[in-house]
Amino acid sequence: MAEFVVGEDGIKRYLVSITVNGIKYTKVVKANSLLVNFLREDLNLTGTKRACEQGDCGACTVLLDGKPVNSCMVLTVSVDGREVTTVEGLASNDKLDILQEKFIEHSAPQCGFCAPGILMSAKALLMKNPNPTEYEVREAIAGNLCRCTGYVHYVEAILDAAAASQERKDGKNG
Amino acid sequence: MAKEFSYLNMKREYSYIGKSLKRTDILDKVTGRGKFAADLKFSNMLYGKLIRSTEAHARIIKIDTSEAEKLPGVRAIITAKDVPSIKYGLSPARYDENIFCIDKVRYYGDKIGAICAVDEETLYKALKLIKVEYEVLPAVFTPAEAAKPDAPQIFEEYPGNINTEIHLEFGDVEKAKQEAYYIRTDRLQGQRTLHGFIEPHCSIAYWEGKRVTIHSAHQSAHYLQHHIARIFDMKEGDVRVVLPYIGGGFGGKVDISGLDIAAVALSKITGQPVKMFYDLEEVWYNGRARHGMDMKYTTGVTKEGKILFVENETILDGGAYTGLGVASAYYAGALLTVLYDFDNYRFDAYRYVTNLPPCGAQRGHGQPHPRYAFESHLDHIAEDLGMDPIEIRLINARKANTVTPNGYEVKSYYLKEANEMARDASGWKDKKGKLPVGRGIGVGNGGFVTGAGYCMYRTDLPHSVAMIKIYDDGTHAIVYTNAVDIGQGSDTVLTQMAAQAMGYPYEDITICTRDTDLSTLDFGAYASRQTLMAGWAVKRAGEDVKRKILAQAAEMLKVKEDGGYRFGKLTPEELDCEEGIVFVKQEPAVNITFAEVARAYFVKHGVLIGRGYYHPGKLGGTHKGAAVGTSPAYSSATQVAEVEVDMETGLTKVVGTWDVHDSGFVVNPQLLHGQVHGAFSMGIGETIWEKVVFDEKGKVLNGNFAEYRLPTALDMPYVESLVLDTFEPNGPWGVKEVGEGATTPTLGCVANAVYDAIGVRISELPLTPEKIWRALKEKEAKEKGGK
Ligand code: FES
Ligand code: FES
Repeated sequence: MAEFVVGEDGIKRYLVSITVNGIKYTKVVKANSLLVNFLREDLNLTGTKRACEQGDCGACTVLLDGKPVNSCMVLTVSVDGREVTTVEGLASNDKLDILQEKFIEHSAPQCGFCAPGILMSAKALLMKNPNPTEYEVREAIAGNLCRCTGYVHYVEAILDAAAASQERKDGKNG
Repeated sequence: MAKEFSYLNMKREYSYIGKSLKRTDILDKVTGRGKFAADLKFSNMLYGKLIRSTEAHARIIKIDTSEAEKLPGVRAIITAKDVPSIKYGLSPARYDENIFCIDKVRYYGDKIGAICAVDEETLYKALKLIKVEYEVLPAVFTPAEAAKPDAPQIFEEYPGNINTEIHLEFGDVEKAKQEAYYIRTDRLQGQRTLHGFIEPHCSIAYWEGKRVTIHSAHQSAHYLQHHIARIFDMKEGDVRVVLPYIGGGFGGKVDISGLDIAAVALSKITGQPVKMFYDLEEVWYNGRARHGMDMKYTTGVTKEGKILFVENETILDGGAYTGLGVASAYYAGALLTVLYDFDNYRFDAYRYVTNLPPCGAQRGHGQPHPRYAFESHLDHIAEDLGMDPIEIRLINARKANTVTPNGYEVKSYYLKEANEMARDASGWKDKKGKLPVGRGIGVGNGGFVTGAGYCMYRTDLPHSVAMIKIYDDGTHAIVYTNAVDIGQGSDTVLTQMAAQAMGYPYEDITICTRDTDLSTLDFGAYASRQTLMAGWAVKRAGEDVKRKILAQAAEMLKVKEDGGYRFGKLTPEELDCEEGIVFVKQEPAVNITFAEVARAYFVKHGVLIGRGYYHPGKLGGTHKGAAVGTSPAYSSATQVAEVEVDMETGLTKVVGTWDVHDSGFVVNPQLLHGQVHGAFSMGIGETIWEKVVFDEKGKVLNGNFAEYRLPTALDMPYVESLVLDTFEPNGPWGVKEVGEGATTPTLGCVANAVYDAIGVRISELPLTPEKIWRALKEKEAKEKGGK
């Protein structure tokens, strides 16, 4: 458990050290701080969205040690010492992730509110299963609600991203 | 008779339209960089929430805020006494809402006041300390209860709780009844649903001197500006509305929400920016979604299935206030005559107020339920006559260049062709009547207006205005329009149109929208209007730029005599501009870049600006309510769905869907298909499981996405989206709408497919497993009993 201090108001505050998108942040947070708010308010990473706040919509999906989680259901203190990746961490320098490229090509997001969450769920899927079936793609993003798109272009884009990264890998090996 | 002019199959090729160019906002949306309202922060910003009623119908005796005020960090608490007592709404004839309830609350969740604090945690703590004392009044929760002679009256101004009453007749229904070969009546019910956008409303306001700025998740900068100015007795010019990216709207972000008004009021009092927001559950209370409707249709046909008359009686559950409800009621009956060609029509409607959250517009405003009811009814008539469902639709489909009995002029209209294409694409002939028990196929028709013919309030303003500014050196262009991109892609489509109209590269154009200070008037995203209306304004602005460019270039280009041309000065008519190059039409090798010409123009005249505007002119019939449903253009669409119903559990799975749209010229096919995909997913959810449920106190029981379930990626079937190549003479380059029209056939086609699969009609949406299971049991019992 993280170290804590008790303030004048009698509330315990914890010292946490969390790596977000490769950068280590050391911050003091309350016990009730939620990861989604920590990211959005304390680190100003507003790419992660907050909507239902009870684990139903997936808009707040981030990777925690490589696994997708609803950041509205995670207490900040519980990720002390761990690694978080948000949508802002997907691209490296100016190079977009293949998923982002394919989302653009297929015009996958419409309003785009769900897009960061779907990107992170898809990223987690491809890291674990680089060659998913259509059903596996649908299953992987079934926790991410989208009202605009019927998921059609999202599913196409994710399958296409998987195919393209397979090709790139094969190209390198050959 | 001369052959009718047809707007079908007019293949056209352009540089920038008719192509799936990259969305203008896509990079913002895949990197998380794009800001939505809740992502905005201003220094010294406060957080605010509405104080909402916990009774459905009650007199307010006392509001005690003293404990909350004592909590450190609470900055202001306001109630009705602190704000103007003016009434507002969206239908001028029915402004019936106060900023905060003055004497009584009319639904669970009604606005009693607002509070702001330094952070969210303090805010929620303070909310719990506010005590409201009520004298509870009897409440009504259904139109049937509201209609009882001794029912409590919710508003003084609506005796009998009737908010809107419509009685219209066109042609001679009684006479047609005498002539009909077959007459049938069906009564069906559509439920109250929710838009289901993922982003809850959020609004931030701050004052600078006499001016206020509002950043809001809203579908129309103009209406928000207009109503805030009206409510606070300000000049429109003193209200600046800026809309960030909007996380979906579907009609749920058109009303002036309590958040916007409270943010303005609280930031005035505190002198600090105030961010007001709903938790998701609050969206169920304040969302203004689709009306529940009870619809009775009586239709008479000839032996061949030609419709002679229709009688339509519709009762709408309006909830507590009007909002857009008058339009919803008229829409419920207005557009049937556009779909099908018949002369005699009677439409009677009652919109009741009840003690439930108010209803308003949801995608396809007022259409999906009536389409569901009539398309189900039409299937029964076809069955009774021994006809194929598509056959009866082919016979009755309206044709292009006709006028409906209620006075709408319909130019391009290819519903018959849409039916044929959907029939062929879906394999209808091999499936209809040939699928095993538990599997079914169904068809549904629909369509929508392409923009409303009239502004929501009385005005002579044009509906859309645009401006294009070219950079000093000609290397970039900015398009100004306050058309609102809520995800549908209007920014992209309008940028494509600007590129096409100017003959200027798409990638060198930026669109400046959603800011009443920086950009130009447009009524916003509702009634599927922007591609046509803002499209006209942008096209005209682009053509204005091009006119100036060609005039300038004519002074700069020279053609040799032996080129078969005059020597020296050219006329602008001899020139054209495409993809950033101005050239002589007869001799394209003689050319100059747009940028060079634009720079020369700038040196000589100053800034190069193009201007355009659009007003639809006077449209439609003369009867009461004729303004609702008038439009410069009507889309049409046919959808087919194939479903699988588990005969044991009653669970329905949609396995295949086909949509054929008559949308006029398609500016961006990829975006159009995206609209159709989304429409199917909303329509499938609404047909099979979505419904807002209340307890006996009028409290929402399923105000979350676990219990109000939206379709997930696993629920979505195979979708095929097809387009007819049509051309609309009233649209720029022949465009019409798709976004809302695509939702209108879905409920009917899925319901018809379920009927085909199980052989019983369930007359009330949604078609939940429970209802299907019960219907199957009843059918079984009846069959046994009959033997
Ligand atoms: S906001 Fe976290 S799942 Fe919806
Ligand atoms: S793109 Fe709007 S919610 Fe998914």
